[in-house]
Amino acid sequence: MSTDTALLDAGLNSEALPSTLFRFATAGSVDDGKSTLVGRLLHDSKAILADTLDAVARTSADRGFGGEKGGIDLALLTDGLRAEREQGITIDVAYRYFATDRRSFILADCPGHVQYTKNTVTGASTADAVVVLIDARKGVLEQTRRHLSVLQLLRVAHVIVAVNKIDLVDFSEQVFRDIEADVQKVARELGLGSDGVADLLVVPVSALDGDNVVDRSERTPWYTGPALLEVLETLPAADELEADLESFRFPVQLVIRPQGALAPDAVAGGLDVEAYRDYRAYAGQITEGSVKVGDEVSVISPGHEPRTTTVVGIDFAGQSLEEAAAPQSVAVRLADEIDIARGDTIAAAGTVRESTADLYASLAWLSPKPLREGQKVLVKHGTRTVQALVRNVTGKLDLATFNVEPASNLELNDIGHAQLRLSAPLPLENYLHHRRTGAFLVIDPIDGNTLAAGLVKDHPGDHEDERYVI
Amino acid sequence: MSTQTTSEDLELNQLQSEAEGSAAAWRASRSGHGGPSAERLSSLDTLESEAIHIIREVVAEFEKPALLFSGGKDSVVMLHLATKAFWPGKVPFPVLHVDTGHNFPEVIDFRDRTVERLGLKLVVGSVQEFIDRGELAERADGTRNPLQTVPLLDAIQRNKFDAVFGGGRRDEDKARAKERILSLRDEFGQWDPRNQRPELWNLYNGRHTVGQHVRAFPISNWTELDIWRYIERENIELPGLYYAHEREVFARDGMWRAVGEVSQPLPHEDVITKLVRYRTVGDMSCTGAVESDARTVADVVVEVAASTLTERGATRADDRISEAAMEDRKKDGYF
Ligand SMILES: Nc1nc2c(ncn2[C@@H]2O[C@H](COP(=O)(O)OP(=O)(O)O)[C@@H](O)[C@H]2O)c(=O)[nH]1
Ligand SMILES: [Mg+2]
Repeated sequence: MSTDTALLDAGLNSEALPSTLFRFATAGSVDDGKSTLVGRLLHDSKAILADTLDAVARTSADRGFGGEKGGIDLALLTDGLRAEREQGITIDVAYRYFATDRRSFILADCPGHVQYTKNTVTGASTADAVVVLIDARKGVLEQTRRHLSVLQLLRVAHVIVAVNKIDLVDFSEQVFRDIEADVQKVARELGLGSDGVADLLVVPVSALDGDNVVDRSERTPWYTGPALLEVLETLPAADELEADLESFRFPVQLVIRPQGALAPDAVAGGLDVEAYRDYRAYAGQITEGSVKVGDEVSVISPGHEPRTTTVVGIDFAGQSLEEAAAPQSVAVRLADEIDIARGDTIAAAGTVRESTADLYASLAWLSPKPLREGQKVLVKHGTRTVQALVRNVTGKLDLATFNVEPASNLELNDIGHAQLRLSAPLPLENYLHHRRTGAFLVIDPIDGNTLAAGLVKDHPGDHEDERYVI
Repeated sequence: MSTQTTSEDLELNQLQSEAEGSAAAWRASRSGHGGPSAERLSSLDTLESEAIHIIREVVAEFEKPALLFSGGKDSVVMLHLATKAFWPGKVPFPVLHVDTGHNFPEVIDFRDRTVERLGLKLVVGSVQEFIDRGELAERADGTRNPLQTVPLLDAIQRNKFDAVFGGGRRDEDKARAKERILSLRDEFGQWDPRNQRPELWNLYNGRHTVGQHVRAFPISNWTELDIWRYIERENIELPGLYYAHEREVFARDGMWRAVGEVSQPLPHEDVITKLVRYRTVGDMSCTGAVESDARTVADVVVEVAASTLTERGATRADDRISEAAMEDRKKDGYF
């Protein structure tokens, strides 16, 4: 590991391989050491600059952190709000950034108390990996089961369980092995790590002292696996894993049709005004798969049969690309003049099922306003927002036992199933196989707040994998 | 653009379930993987794509967006991203500048040239006008940055902007680290950090009621080094004071302050000529320079990568006032 010089190398040697981006989140109960771990990663990868560290050291000393021994409360590095520092807790997801010579990391430190489901769902929705902390003295708790259950539901690509505070159990191999076995058992019950996409790894660490965080520790000679950062540096990102598995999906954000209003700087730079007079392209971000010039695509819009045409150009700010893949933002030109608007989806020809107005879903309820049957909501899927009626709530997941129980409403932090009727058909796909086109938001039409994270399920009767009962 | 095959990863999963997640098996399966494939999208390309997606979402979903443009490097990068998002069309929104009246003249000049070059409309909110009308009072410390909030909100309301793009980055400050990419503001422009909407996947919720508006931060996930690498890669022009130049300065609050109309040395503060550059270009009354011989963008990239101070810690007096300085200002409607 060369994190000592990683930042410098990355800065000095611009000829080196471009670094890639990796997003991960932390999860765990209060006091398991999430903020400390994040602080440790930032500190040891030299992402904390001197003035920040000074401020944190001053506050630590003022509060008498570490008693006689002193020391720095690394949690202060992420607990940025006044109330958080005063109460010594993390209130909201905090985003932090650090880089090694291989990768740039975005990490979401998700608080573990009351709103754990809300925060874990939020952090996990964009994460390539989630690090779940367990206190080595406490082992697998009900909260751990809940966290793993949410991660399985959200189909997070990599789950890393960090058995923390290993220093407080005298670096005992037995304690670690027992916890590891418990974790494997829960994972098996959940089907986590067995669906060919997600994987699971268990690492013993001391966030406070740094063992197995950035470098492998000599104090755990019985552990021969990689240190946490080593894992994070080498795991493939979710887009990377999925690019070959998924077909092209491109929700249209807007139509670029400048007509007379060409960009003056482009014109000054020699853009052929005549050639671009009738320019028309569909702008968006590729959510899944990849596309090449010449590919056959289907255009999916409500009220139309899918229309098939050919990609004649992929433009990006004056560059013509031969090929593009998720998560690139591009503008696509098509062979035929088809009426296409925001909210329509361009997809690899013949790969999208018929759109439907009947939505069966799992909902992670994130609002203090409960969900009632008969309620009207908005559903944002891709770039389209439609009205929806909640027909019924068909069950609620007991995250500790993984059983589905009967329910007729959903409250904050509940995860349940519901059936909704949409005001217009959408090209819905099972979240299990489509992390992007299977995801949607439920929005309150009155105050506009986000009520729930939605995951599309198959219609009853369609083939459904037994492992995914929710 | 292609990606590495996933067969190895499937194999890995198999290995793993067989060995029950044994770390040794994990390592064995990884050997030969030289880390991420060279052909994967670079982190800069990924950040650029994300920012462009957000800019397009806001333009599609809001009636009247505007972009805060100060001529500072983050806002220059924002504008560059906007030109790429709508190419070959024009950037479809005006730019808004809150002029403290204490700006560096070369930055104002740069602002005007940029607006002209891109054919944009410029809306200016003036702190000086508010002071002249007696609606704002000069602070005892002479700092005008905190005074920007009132003219900013006034410009937003007067022009009925419902979304305002900012170049804020989460690595700048602990409070910013917690702010959403689309951040809802009430009638008074206030941010409520304890009552934020969860932001899920790449689905942004821009719904708001009459009187509310949204601040959009498409480069939330960029670091200072990302910004400089991008400026280098895209060959983006910046005001000259970002690069090393000779300037008459004096030391105050551990920073080098430029001698100018609004920042005069006190009798005990010696004026010397130094080779300096600015890491941020805010208000002259509170922005300090750093000693530097980085005359080119490549020099700056190297310098920033090796820097041991955050950009705000090094150069902004207004953020030193208290540990929660930024949070307090944001709650009151600041950028
Ligand atoms: N001995 C020891 N203490 C730790 C370790 N990690 C965290 N702690 C302590 O556990 C407490 C809770 O840590 P914190 O990071 O705030 O937990 P969070 O609530 O999960 O963010 C603090 O007093 C930490 O100093 C560790 O590895 N070893
Ligand atoms: Mg914490």
